[in-house]
This record gives sequence, structure tokens and C-alpha cells, in this order.
Amino acid sequence: MTALLEVEDLRVAYGKIEAVKGISFKVDAGEVVTLIGTNGAGKTTTLRTLSGLLKPVGGQIMFDGKSLKKTPAHEIVSLGLAHSPEGRHIFPRMTIEDNLRLGAFLRNDKPGIEKDIQRAYDLFPILGERRKQAAGTLSGGEQQMLAMGRALMSQPKLLMLDEPSMGLSPIMMQKIMSTIAELKSQGTTILLVEQNAQAALSLADQGHVMEIGKIVLSGTGQDLLHDESVRKAYLGED
Amino acid sequence: MNELPQQLVNGLLLGSMYGLVAIGYTMVYGIVQLINFAHGEIFMTGGFGALTVWLWLPDGTSMWIALPLMLIGAVIVAVTVAIGAERFAYRPLRGAPRLAPLITAIGLSLALQQAVWAWYPEAKSPRVFPELPGGRIELGSVTIQSGDLFLIAAAPLCMFILGFFVMKTRTGRGMQATAQDPDTAKLMGVNTDRIIVIAFALGAVFAAVGAVAYGFKYGEVRPTMGFVLGLKAFTAAVLGGIGNIYGAMIGGLVLGVAEALSTAYIADIPGMSQLGGQSWADVWAFVLLIVVLLVRPQGLLGERVADRA
Repeated sequence: MTALLEVEDLRVAYGKIEAVKGISFKVDAGEVVTLIGTNGAGKTTTLRTLSGLLKPVGGQIMFDGKSLKKTPAHEIVSLGLAHSPEGRHIFPRMTIEDNLRLGAFLRNDKPGIEKDIQRAYDLFPILGERRKQAAGTLSGGEQQMLAMGRALMSQPKLLMLDEPSMGLSPIMMQKIMSTIAELKSQGTTILLVEQNAQAALSLADQGHVMEIGKIVLSGTGQDLLHDESVRKAYLGED
Repeated sequence: MNELPQQLVNGLLLGSMYGLVAIGYTMVYGIVQLINFAHGEIFMTGGFGALTVWLWLPDGTSMWIALPLMLIGAVIVAVTVAIGAERFAYRPLRGAPRLAPLITAIGLSLALQQAVWAWYPEAKSPRVFPELPGGRIELGSVTIQSGDLFLIAAAPLCMFILGFFVMKTRTGRGMQATAQDPDTAKLMGVNTDRIIVIAFALGAVFAAVGAVAYGFKYGEVRPTMGFVLGLKAFTAAVLGGIGNIYGAMIGGLVLGVAEALSTAYIADIPGMSQLGGQSWADVWAFVLLIVVLLVRPQGLLGERVADRA
């Protein structure tokens, strides 16, 4: 069986500066794969390239048997690749419910959309309570829930989450992480980018450590969690 | 003072014409943050489109048949010019410093004006626009000219259609999303390039309706008709809060009423007898703009930009 997502020798540049310098990894259906690493390692750039917002200068991206290299961003979501971007980027002047509906922008099955909106409210009850409220008035954690709920509205085969715990309180971070675990147990395939390496690796089947544009270490989540160098560099242990 | 209702009606009529043209400024600005200074000329080409259709029609064609055809002509010409401008003048400059498209817009505006002046038959002096039949209508103390009837019917209808389009259709929601966050809109599956074209085209449709209204109201079209009117419509868009389509219409109405009232009443204020009348209307319109922007820089219905968390 081929992987759902297969990235090979991907290179991305901003002008002359190469931010991603030839990385390869894959994501199998049903897996949670995480990219960890410090700021500027190229994690967000990688996700933005996968979803088509940035164009690679080299390498190959195969998703569900198709090459994404030339596919424009607005077509990629319809192939089943959803991206919850770093910084959440909810639509601030729209209501929560309209934000969710935009997540289903390309879908035509009205009853299915209504069902999935309900599912998002079940997953995050606070969103259901505030469905008519402008999304810009939500707290950071609630906006993160909305961003995740919105990404799920496209019924993705692969959900990409970029820094879902960034800037959140410890309690909210825990809530987000347990939601990701819940999604995983329901069989959602997730590519997770996190600075909180401990939380990400405990969840992940596979993990890759990125440093200045390269993958320097790969392994199962548990292996990396117990790896000496990872513990030193990312888990704050001496 | 019993001419007040008449002045208000005059102001609302003028204002709804400003509003129709202002929608184009505000929509394009809302989507691509570009002030399309050629929009006044897009409006103007719409007027000539309608005139051309009228000249093609055999003499004595009923207005009931001519009017829809003239509207279609105006819309086709204005939309073609607008889409052409987007494709060949603005799109190549996307991502360039903001000054570049702005200067391009001004250049395009002059080029369109001169092109019509030079090549449209006998356009060097104003061309006579057909009249709407019906004479004048008296409603109590208010008189409405037949030329304004089209505007009275078209402006509210246009606003209703636009509101429905933006709020209820998929493309409209894609438009809102693009205005708020273009990259994230793409992630939702919105083809933002297409949305930009649609914004230009829709703005041109309303400008074309406005141009036909202008023709009936003033009985003529000229290559320069889009200059001052374009500035006024732009003022209306800023007044209402640029980027907000309802703001454009409200801004237009406020501006129109202000102009009508200043024309009629400023001269009655002691010591200001020199500052009233039609010739000062433009001055008072811009004074109003300055005052509103001092108090509410974001415009009447504009939203503060700081709502991004």
C-alpha cells in the first residue's frame, strides 16, 4: 500500500533563501505524524507548501496518488487535504457558524454539512453555545477550536494542524491536545506541527525533528520521546 | 422652508447614483486593497455603451424595449472594460508596491477618457442621451422628473440584489472570506483570482446602471462625465467606510443629501451668502468628508481593522 502523503526531497525557497532544504517523509492513512523543531526550522513553510500557498522549487509531493506540485491551493482542499494554519486565521467578522460553513465551501451535500456542523459543536460545545457570535470575539483557545472545526468541515483525508497549542494557557493546551487524541482515535489522519514536542510526540505514531530546513532525526513518537538528543534539545532536560 | 422635502428628494436621488458607483470602489478595495481610480471611466464607458445601443435602434423604438437593451449594452461595455483593466493593467502588478497599481489606475483613467474623446463619433462635445417619457410627476410639494424614475427603481433593486448575492450565494461568501483573509480563503477552496475578477465585474455592473441613470438624469453623456462623479463616488465609499458595501450606499445618500441641502440653504446663513448655490456643492461635499474622517477615520459603517486576534 502506498502512503496517503509522500513528500520527497521537497525544497522551498523565499527568494534566494532556502527555507526547506530537501526533506522527505510520508504519512500513512490513520496515522498521526508530527514535525517538531524550533522556530525557523521550516515546519510551517512545509505545511504551507503542502496546501499550495507556497510553490516548491524542487522535489515531489504525492497525495492520495496525485502530484500536488502544480495544483493551486484552492483545488487542494477538494482533494482531501485540509490545513488549519498557524495563528488560527479564523474569519474575524463572520459568525462561528459561518466560519464552519466556509470550511465546507466546496461541498454540496447540505444535510451532510449540517451534520458535520453539529459534529463540530459536539467536539467543541463552547462553539455551539456561541454559534451566532463574531469569531473575532473568541478567546485564543476558542479560536483554535474553531480553526480545527473549520478544517474538519471539508471532510479531509488528511488534517494538517500548524501549532495548535501556540499561545494557549496550559489548560486550553491540554484540551486541544486531548481533542487531537480523540480525532486520532476516530481514525483521522493528522500531520501535526508543534513546538510543544512533549505533547506532540506522546500523541504521534511517527515523528520527525526538523532543524534549519532539514529533517535531522526520525522515529516513532515513543522513540523520539526517549531519545537523548531530543530530550536535551526540545524537552528542556539536561 | 416647504421646499425641504424637494431638496431631500433631490439629494437622495443624487446620492443613490453616487452609491451605485461607490459600490465598485468599495468592493475592489475590500478584496484587493486597490483604489481603482479608473472606475469613474468604467462608469463613463457604460454610458456610451447605452448610447451606442440607442443609436443602433430604429427611430421610434418604445422605451420599454430600448431601456433593457441599453442597460445590457452599458453592462457589457463596462464589464468588458473592467475585466480588461483587471487582467492587463492590475493583475501583472499584484504584489508590486501599492503605489504602482495606484499610478496605473490614474493612467488608465486618463487613457480611457481620451480614447472615448478621440474615437467615439462626435464625443468631443456632450452627446445627447434619450429622454424617459412621462414628463414630471407631482407628489404634493415634491416634483420628480421622469429622468429620475429609472434611478428610483434601479438603485434599491441593485442594493437588494447585491445584498442577496454577497450574503446568500456561495460566491458572495467566498468574496467575504477573501476580503477578510485571502490566504485562508484559498485554504477553504475559494478561487481568489476568480473572486477578484468578479469584484471588478460586479462593480462595473452597478456603475453601468448608474451611468444609464446619469444619462437619463442629465440628458447627456460625455467622456469626462466619470471624473467628478467618480471622485464623488469614491468620497461616498470612504465616507461610508471603504470595503463595506452598505457603507457605500449610505455614504452616497449622505453625500447627496448634504450637497442638495448645502446648495439650497447655505446661502441663507448670515455671512455665507457667497458660499451657497450649485457652484459650491462640491466644496461642501468634501468638507463633509473631512469632518467625518476627523471624527470617524474608518467611515460611517467602517470597522476598525484591529479586530484580528
